[in-house]
Amino acid sequence: MDFTLWDIVRNLLAGLQWTLLLSLVAFVCGGVAGLLLLLARISDNPYLRGLARGYIELFQGTPLLMQLFMVFFGIALFGIDVSAWMAAAIALTLFTSAFLAEIWRGCVESIGRGQWEASGSLALSRLEQLRYVILPQAMRIAIAPTVGFSVQVVKGTAVTSIIGFTELTKTGGMLANATFEPFLTYGLVAVGYFILCYPLSLSARYLERRLHAPA
Amino acid sequence: MAYQFDFAPVLAQADLLLKGALFTLQLTVVGTVLGLAIGVLGAVVRAWRLQPFSAVFGAYVELIRNTPFLVQLFFIFFGLPALGVRLSEWEAAVLAMVINLGAYSTEIIRAGIMAIPKGQLEAAAALAMSRFEAFRHVILRPALAKVWPALSSQIVIVMLGSAVCSQIATEELSFAANFIQSRNFRAFETYLLTTVLYLLMAIGVRQLLAWLGQRWLMGRR
Repeated sequence: MDFTLWDIVRNLLAGLQWTLLLSLVAFVCGGVAGLLLLLARISDNPYLRGLARGYIELFQGTPLLMQLFMVFFGIALFGIDVSAWMAAAIALTLFTSAFLAEIWRGCVESIGRGQWEASGSLALSRLEQLRYVILPQAMRIAIAPTVGFSVQVVKGTAVTSIIGFTELTKTGGMLANATFEPFLTYGLVAVGYFILCYPLSLSARYLERRLHAPA
Repeated sequence: MAYQFDFAPVLAQADLLLKGALFTLQLTVVGTVLGLAIGVLGAVVRAWRLQPFSAVFGAYVELIRNTPFLVQLFFIFFGLPALGVRLSEWEAAVLAMVINLGAYSTEIIRAGIMAIPKGQLEAAAALAMSRFEAFRHVILRPALAKVWPALSSQIVIVMLGSAVCSQIATEELSFAANFIQSRNFRAFETYLLTTVLYLLMAIGVRQLLAWLGQRWLMGRR
């Protein structure tokens, strides 16, 4: 069977859709989990704080590939048949939540102590302080690095090809084997990721510059 | 859960895991040294806007930072032979790590160089330092010292990222893990131990880099 250039591109675009979908799922679910993790990481309870710290350390200190394998083979131990898509979504969510929680913690800690003290003296509870005083300010600072990290999530999805999830990289690998044109195919795969990631990188840089510009 | 954990078949192959871990560390050392060399060169070229090299480095940095390491690795290992460049699995792994770290460290070190106040260079000139002395002591060292924490994290990220090199059969730690679990079918136990090894290596490398930074960059002589 002969492949035209359009056949290669068409198939890669189909793979790209899955890369995009997985990135979105991981980013949204990871964001929600990351927010909970952030609350644990900055709570008054030392056990909760320690637990969150250990979780973050674990996911930042091990390869994403190993996290994928652990989820993939770990869930199977319970006798549950887990698809590559499910394992990929879960592992990337866990991975994303750890990094986002750590990024956001930095943003929360950059808010002056005075803000905590002032809101505390207004008899706001800790959650109210976060909700009405700290987080609105921290969110402004957090936008740029969060958008910047989304690039890492998109790139991270490439690793899921290894457990057999048919996204962009896996599609590229299969096409390279079928067409005997690895140079062209992997080049196009790289272009695909670049098209997804570069606008994100640019917006992160733009947002950062806008934030640091003198008011 | 009815599953019986059994680590014995994995521990029986511990020497393979340790050999793999050692190879991962070797790849990391070579990748770091060469990657940082590219980073320093790129940062200087970018910070001083030496055209046309600055534009070339700019494109290189964007290209590498916006594509996955795995794809870069596949491109080098499977794609480059079409151009007549055939690399062994470990050569391809090292090259991919060097290119990857080179791009990130270019950006990181450039930020450090840009943060050096102009007055420092003027002061160096007033002390009759040669251009090279000024570059070495007044620009490079303080710049590296400023961004050393960021560089250290990036080096650890590259080391952990090298786990995917098992996909081109580079015989590093995750390759050893794949090999062991394919023989004893104890996938979870094997990957659990491997993950712990990676975690210890990450912590160790981070500590080592912090110590090196203290000694070479921030220490007084």
